[in-house]
Amino acid sequence: MAQIYRESALVLGRERLADGIFSLRLQTERIAAECAPGQFVSVYCADSSRLLPRPISVCEADPEKGILRLVFRVAGKGTKEFSGLEKGDKLTLTGPLGNGFPLEKLAGRKVLLAGGGIGIPPMLQLAKALSGGENQASELTAVAGFRDCLFLTEDFSPYCRVLIATEDGSAGTKGTVLDAMRENDSSPEVICACGPAPMLRALKQYAAEKGIECWLSLEEKMACGVGACLSCVCRSAEVDEHSRVKNKRVCTEGPVFAAEEVEL
Amino acid sequence: MSQNMSVSIAGVTLKNPVMVASGTFGSGIEFSRFLDLSRLGAVVTKGVAITPWEGNATPRICETPSGMLNAIGLQNPGAETFIKRDLRFLEQFDTKVIVNVCGHSAEEYVDCVRRLADEKRADLLEINISCPNVREGGIAFGTDPKGVERITKEIRKAAVQPVIMKLSPNVTDITEIAAAAEAGGADALSMINTLTGMKIDVRRRTFALANRTGGLSGPAIHPVAVRMVWQCAQRVKIPIIGMGGIASAEDALEMLMAGASAVSVGTANFHDQTTVLQVIDGISAYLDENGIGDVRELIGCVR
Ligand SMILES: Cc1cc2nc3c(=O)[nH]c(=O)nc-3n(C[C@H](O)[C@H](O)[C@H](O)COP(=O)(O)OP(=O)(O)OC[C@H]3O[C@@H](n4cnc5c(N)ncnc54)[C@H](O)[C@@H]3O)c2cc1C
Ligand SMILES: Cc1cc2nc3c(=O)[nH]c(=O)nc-3n(C[C@H](O)[C@H](O)[C@H](O)COP(=O)(O)O)c2cc1C
Ligand code: FES
Repeated sequence: MAQIYRESALVLGRERLADGIFSLRLQTERIAAECAPGQFVSVYCADSSRLLPRPISVCEADPEKGILRLVFRVAGKGTKEFSGLEKGDKLTLTGPLGNGFPLEKLAGRKVLLAGGGIGIPPMLQLAKALSGGENQASELTAVAGFRDCLFLTEDFSPYCRVLIATEDGSAGTKGTVLDAMRENDSSPEVICACGPAPMLRALKQYAAEKGIECWLSLEEKMACGVGACLSCVCRSAEVDEHSRVKNKRVCTEGPVFAAEEVEL
Repeated sequence: MSQNMSVSIAGVTLKNPVMVASGTFGSGIEFSRFLDLSRLGAVVTKGVAITPWEGNATPRICETPSGMLNAIGLQNPGAETFIKRDLRFLEQFDTKVIVNVCGHSAEEYVDCVRRLADEKRADLLEINISCPNVREGGIAFGTDPKGVERITKEIRKAAVQPVIMKLSPNVTDITEIAAAAEAGGADALSMINTLTGMKIDVRRRTFALANRTGGLSGPAIHPVAVRMVWQCAQRVKIPIIGMGGIASAEDALEMLMAGASAVSVGTANFHDQTTVLQVIDGISAYLDENGIGDVRELIGCVR
């Protein structure tokens, strides 16, 4: 069983990236050193009347310095609380959680990273991991889909080619990430994606039609975050080894699944 | 000063009166990363049935002020896998194991209880009678006193280990149900299970849970649980395990003083994996501070 830590992390800085989108840099003891792309952390509210942890993906991790970066959208009361944190504040985390993307299966191949909205942040750490070193991809493209305002796209440019899609056409291709992929004739061997369910469904279908390998990062409501409560399951194609039924835990067997492994 | 923290439930001695509530802790496999299970009075496992159950569609949970609603639907891998994996795992710890059992019919409960009869690692059985009874159109077993007495008798006859009946609070008079379980031969009672609730997502204009309704748990239900434990403690002689919203030693002490012989920590495990240790240490500190040598002196001290 992989190690999981509960830590009180120190807030090093907060940045507002776009309307309602915030970035936090945190000093951690172990979590940043041991997390992999696609993994997430449970973030706890200081106000304990909100007792469930909020799952947030690792956007960037600096293992040497122990610095973790989280990028999130203010979606409700918990993320609103986090957006008000200041340098010097403490934030309780549990992590690293989940499986992450299968780096060894991506190494040496033509990889496309697809992020939709707040599904973009986890793709950044993945882009870094595949842009060099032992798991270097042979070709790396990131496609980021937005409603309107862009964020984080410049952080990707040192690592890969970046395609942009916006719903309102204010930047890049007007339409979805799939529209941007078609417009740019991208022909990857593997797709890794995180984003809203309709986007993941469309990519799963696209990949199946083209015979492309596809990995999807899923979201579900969580309570324990570590595999004990069975809140966060998704439907799986086969009977799962742990549950003995066709349910897999997003927090433990996921959040990253092979597209054909899960029903969306 | 020497201090006694141990309590006895149906002839089984627990090293302290604090355990974890069924369904919030799995079988302890995942939580054993954060705490030594040997420190607990007992581990109460997630409900298990004779065959695997799929559970409900998602979303299965949502947060509410100081609480949460859940409709997991008793997903479980079935007794065979549970025995081979979970009970074997628990062999390495010096704690008691209470196996929580669920079923859709009297036969399913009895089959599961029989399957567990030879399992030495199962010290006690806790029977969840908040399950939907398929024969009665899905109404929970635990809502009618006659039905509760009948099912308690059947399970008591089949069981080797002591039987704890876990009561549903979703009834008009919980003391009637407690008395019925005692009359049926229950060795102890656990209470309370979750209170049925509902949340509507106003943005999507639909139910927050796929199951529409769910069980409310967490600090929000604590005063209700204390009241019900106190009422039942006045009515029955068998020991009561009290639960519902316990998040601190003070909450646990209230429950003991209301008449519970032991307590379970449930939803609070989600906020902090080590809550249960803080509760144990806090009770011990309270005894010291107040010059009380034996935790049993507190049980039911408020009448
Ligand atoms: C594996 C995973 C990784 C995630 N990574 C990110 C990320 O990097 N950046 C980001 O902005 N968001 C991310 N999310 C979504 C994020 O968890 C929710 O936006 C957040 O929990 C909302 O909390 P809140 O208190 O602001 O909202 P509220 O609506 O007040 O939350 C109420 C409850 O619902 C839960 N909840 C609400 N929305 C979601 C959701 N979409 N997914 C899971 N639980 C939810 C909350 O955790 C909380 O328990 C991720 C979700 C998952 C499952
Ligand atoms: C996610 C979740 C799953 C639960 N599963 C079970 C179960 O399988 N069997 C059972 O008897 N009670 C189950 N319960 C009820 C708890 O054991 C407990 O009675 C209730 O939550 C009240 O305690 P709490 O407020 O400390 O959580 C579950 C509760 C939660 C929150
Ligand atoms: S959140 Fe508890 S099992 Fe995934």
